[in-house]
Amino acid sequence: MKKAVKTIVFGMLFSGVCFASFANGAGEEFPVAPPPMTEGLFPCSNCHATMEVNRTKRVLKEEHTDIKLHHAETMRWCLDCHDAKNRDKLRLYNGDLINFTESYRLCGECHGPQYNDWKAGIHGKRTGYFMGPGKRTYHLCAHCHDPHQPKFKPIKPEPPPTKPKDS
Amino acid sequence: MPDKRYTRREFLRNASLTALGGLAIPLFSSCTKEEAEDFLQKHFREMTPEEKRQVIAKLEERYAQRYGRKFQISTQEAVPDTLWAYGLELSRCVGCRRCVYACVKENNHSRHDPQLQWIRVLRLKRGNLINLEDSEHYYNPDLVPEKGFIYLPVQCQQCQDPPCVKVCPVHATWQEPDGIVVVDYNWCIGCRYCIAACPYKGRVFNWAEPNIPREEINPSVHYLGNRPRMKCAVEKCTFCVQRVRQGRYPACVEACPTGTRKFGNLLDPNSEMRYIIDRKRVFRLKEDLGTEPKFYYFFEA
Repeated sequence: MKKAVKTIVFGMLFSGVCFASFANGAGEEFPVAPPPMTEGLFPCSNCHATMEVNRTKRVLKEEHTDIKLHHAETMRWCLDCHDAKNRDKLRLYNGDLINFTESYRLCGECHGPQYNDWKAGIHGKRTGYFMGPGKRTYHLCAHCHDPHQPKFKPIKPEPPPTKPKDS
Repeated sequence: MPDKRYTRREFLRNASLTALGGLAIPLFSSCTKEEAEDFLQKHFREMTPEEKRQVIAKLEERYAQRYGRKFQISTQEAVPDTLWAYGLELSRCVGCRRCVYACVKENNHSRHDPQLQWIRVLRLKRGNLINLEDSEHYYNPDLVPEKGFIYLPVQCQQCQDPPCVKVCPVHATWQEPDGIVVVDYNWCIGCRYCIAACPYKGRVFNWAEPNIPREEINPSVHYLGNRPRMKCAVEKCTFCVQRVRQGRYPACVEACPTGTRKFGNLLDPNSEMRYIIDRKRVFRLKEDLGTEPKFYYFFEA
């Protein structure tokens, strides 16, 4: 009897877990690596919560001076992507707020074909396990492209192979 | 007086024993017991599970002595219903050679004298993709990508009809059920016919005992893959057989900073490779040779 009860309870628990994970995966969810934040800055609301919102486009002189906006900058300003009221969130075109871990949804609003390829693992990179129970990690768009100036910068190549010796 | 003459039977028996002894003397006198054992070791595909265990134990002990680390040597067989293939997006490769050195590290290559690498990144003039003979792989600018050039990484193409396998006189190299062409380094006699037969320069030869720094050794190896090789063995890319049979991406895929490299199972309709072949413009290198490579180069299309 005890055993039967145990089995039932266990079964219910298990199916609950299944449902929960199913509900999570119902949308499109991707296990991503932690977003690349400048150390010590997040959460942004630490400073911004007490600051007044200034929507004018201007050159930043006190903070964030390292950010050079070079991403359709004639048409864009910080608050197009960062939410004005809650700086710890990003803002989609329809007004929905999302976490930085979901930033691909925001990028995908303009870069549709790349977003589709990214979901399939073609654009960008996935690491870890591609099959079996192991963990697979998606890299966010921002891991490779600086969102403020997304163009790839040239890098230093590794050394060439040694030439065979003349003898 | 008894007849001292040998009978025919006695003569034959003594003669054959002498001959056997004569054959054995060079084997056991000119080399150590260990070398003799290696010489008599069976072909990997003919070993029983018990013999495999013995060989693995012997190797583990030898590697531990040489490199001061405990090795895990896998003999994992091909996963059913898999046929591995590789994708490489030419419009993204910047020629940084990160893949080359990730491969060197993962697969325990000899670092110098001889320096062996399984990936060669060719640099070609833009618009000149077809003329591989004009390619350069010693390029060394300060920064990549350079204007006016494209980069074409080449490694073993894991042909479905591999010429290297056909020419091996001792069957030391063969194609596994998951499509990976492997080498039994112990069975290889070092004739290098396979190197001559490969149209992609996919194989390299250990002209001397490999040099691997002890602290950089990767102790997680596969018998047919990245275990440390020996002088006179031919080696090649195995799509990181030790990783992919466990479901992990190859080392070069994970190292690429631009996400140029893709990997997947051709038999799985949801794999990355099937997505690429269905939707992108793909080509294979030297397709006209009929080697049926499973290495697909593609463009953004």
